[in-house]
Amino acid sequence: MKPSESMLVTFLSSPNRAEAVTDSFKCELLLRQARSANLLSRVSKLCEEDELLLRLPERMQNHLQSAKCVANANHRSVRWEVKQILSVLAAKEIPVCLLKGAAYVVDEVDAGKGRVFSDVDILVPKESLEEVEILLVHNGWMCTNFDPYDQKYYRTWMHELPPLKNMKRGTALDVHHTIIPPTACLKPDIEKIWEKVDKVEGFEGLYILGSHDLILHSAVHLFHDGELENGLRDLSDLDLLMREFLVEEGFWENLLARAVELNLQRPLFYALRYTNGILKTPVPDDILNSSKMGSPGTVMVALMDALFLRALAPDHPSCDDRWTGLARWMLFIRSHWLRMPPLQLAQHLARKGYKRWTVRKNMT
Amino acid sequence: MKVSSLPITELKGRLSAEGLGLCIGPFNIKLTSSLAVVADGLEQLYGDFDLTKESDFTDFRISLAAPSLLRRWFRPQVNFSFDGFIPFKPLPQEQAFAMFEWGLNWCVANNAHQYLIIHAAVIERNGVTCILPGTPGSGKSTLCAGMVCKGWRLLSDEMTLISTSTGEIFPIPRPVSLKNQSIEIIQNYSSHAFMGETVMDTAKGTVSHMRPPNSSVDSSGQPGKAGLIIFPKYKEGEDANLTPLNRANALLKMAENSFNYSVLGLQGFEVLSALISNCDCYDFSYQSLDEAKEVLESLI
Repeated sequence: MKPSESMLVTFLSSPNRAEAVTDSFKCELLLRQARSANLLSRVSKLCEEDELLLRLPERMQNHLQSAKCVANANHRSVRWEVKQILSVLAAKEIPVCLLKGAAYVVDEVDAGKGRVFSDVDILVPKESLEEVEILLVHNGWMCTNFDPYDQKYYRTWMHELPPLKNMKRGTALDVHHTIIPPTACLKPDIEKIWEKVDKVEGFEGLYILGSHDLILHSAVHLFHDGELENGLRDLSDLDLLMREFLVEEGFWENLLARAVELNLQRPLFYALRYTNGILKTPVPDDILNSSKMGSPGTVMVALMDALFLRALAPDHPSCDDRWTGLARWMLFIRSHWLRMPPLQLAQHLARKGYKRWTVRKNMT
Repeated sequence: MKVSSLPITELKGRLSAEGLGLCIGPFNIKLTSSLAVVADGLEQLYGDFDLTKESDFTDFRISLAAPSLLRRWFRPQVNFSFDGFIPFKPLPQEQAFAMFEWGLNWCVANNAHQYLIIHAAVIERNGVTCILPGTPGSGKSTLCAGMVCKGWRLLSDEMTLISTSTGEIFPIPRPVSLKNQSIEIIQNYSSHAFMGETVMDTAKGTVSHMRPPNSSVDSSGQPGKAGLIIFPKYKEGEDANLTPLNRANALLKMAENSFNYSVLGLQGFEVLSALISNCDCYDFSYQSLDEAKEVLESLI
């Protein structure tokens, strides 16, 4: 596996970050790559923790301070938003489990450091889904897309409701009832996930996935569902999650066992392979070996390396080679392929294609 | 070394190859464009600005280019790109220079939260720095251009950059953006005013930019301390009227005119209240620049 060599990856993976930002030229490249990878606020936070700020060029310090303000504002607004959602759902005693960015930030896990995002994602029990939607709509959240096909697409095939938007604040909310589309070939049992959720302190009725499940969900999202627009940021989340939790007794063994229990060996294999390969996450060798139970065949692994090593680099011209565009496109196709069975996918694409064509025709 | 020291062929050459490095107030910009409108605009309006040195850190890399080969020739268009990211829809190519100005505003407003940024002009005379917030219909830029033509120092026409650490105002004396009738008003008001190309039919109507005075550009390294905040309002047919405004109201009005007050949160409030506690604040309606000048100069 050929590791990526962007300035940003060097910075994120280096045990001694000070060495990665020794001169003005390196700093500027780091700034540009981090900005385009949506990771500037995280770089800012990590520099602050390593007490590097004052050693950097003044202009770089300014950009990092600015990015820190952006993350702080984002986190203030997410905490407020979560309180508003809870005030609607907790009254009816519906448990709310935060997912992804909002979970990291509100529960203050390391992956929340400098994490900037726009949507709040929540998980609710499937049997409460209808009630949750009605409650939210009665309290200011609205569906923004009334296209009949899209409505049906979300409601019958997807793991979430059509996206909601708060009419006053304009904030986006995704309500999930499971972590992966029911049509996908991976089928983790959501009941088992609910069994392991942890309470978020200071918020009544609010939960976060158990530490292993946080990692597995992040891996599923990045390697089986995502569109990779924030690929390196999501990989860095995985890296921070693992580095934070690896001190737990028996962490790695339990992580493997949990992946087996939830039938998520494949995404975990990729997560360990690429966090370790790209960001030097200290995954023990025997664990890397054992995770190969989830590996596809050798040829497939070589292909995935070729694709992911490109697509997980910062989305910046300084990191692209001639195959990067193709790699991103192929992974986009793959994410759809994994999402639904072939016949259904063909119907979905035909439908979307026809719609796009008619819209264009009506415009001209 | 200044932009004006480059022959136009060299300016065009740099712009269309490695990029032209410009020191614009606290920011270093690297601009790439092979469009003649952009080179001409820079030559006319940015002549007094310094060029960056090879080794300087660049804050914003900007390019202005046709979105596709087709759009180079057929109804030509221009895209603004910030280090590869394209935040806006393309505009007709004759608006390329104006798009550079608007795009740079966007870069600063979204990436420079080390400042509290107010939508306001700032001018200075006799050591008194005066903020003119740009509420709609205020004629902020017209008033600013008028005063600058009569010897006030220009710190900024579009955005007031207040340092969150020192409270000082950092100058960014870029060309003053004038719209519609204001262009003629300023040309009639001062024979010193130098205008760039006039562009018709933009989203803001007819637009032209006034070249900032040499002395203002030269002193752009010296921050100012605000002493006056004046909320201008252009009112035809009424005599100039200056009304004191209490500081609490001034703070609210300034916050409303800020680009990033909510991004800064508590810090935004603290910076703004510290600034306002050292300022005299007024509402000011005026109909002629001569009157306005007299009133403003009575305050310094």
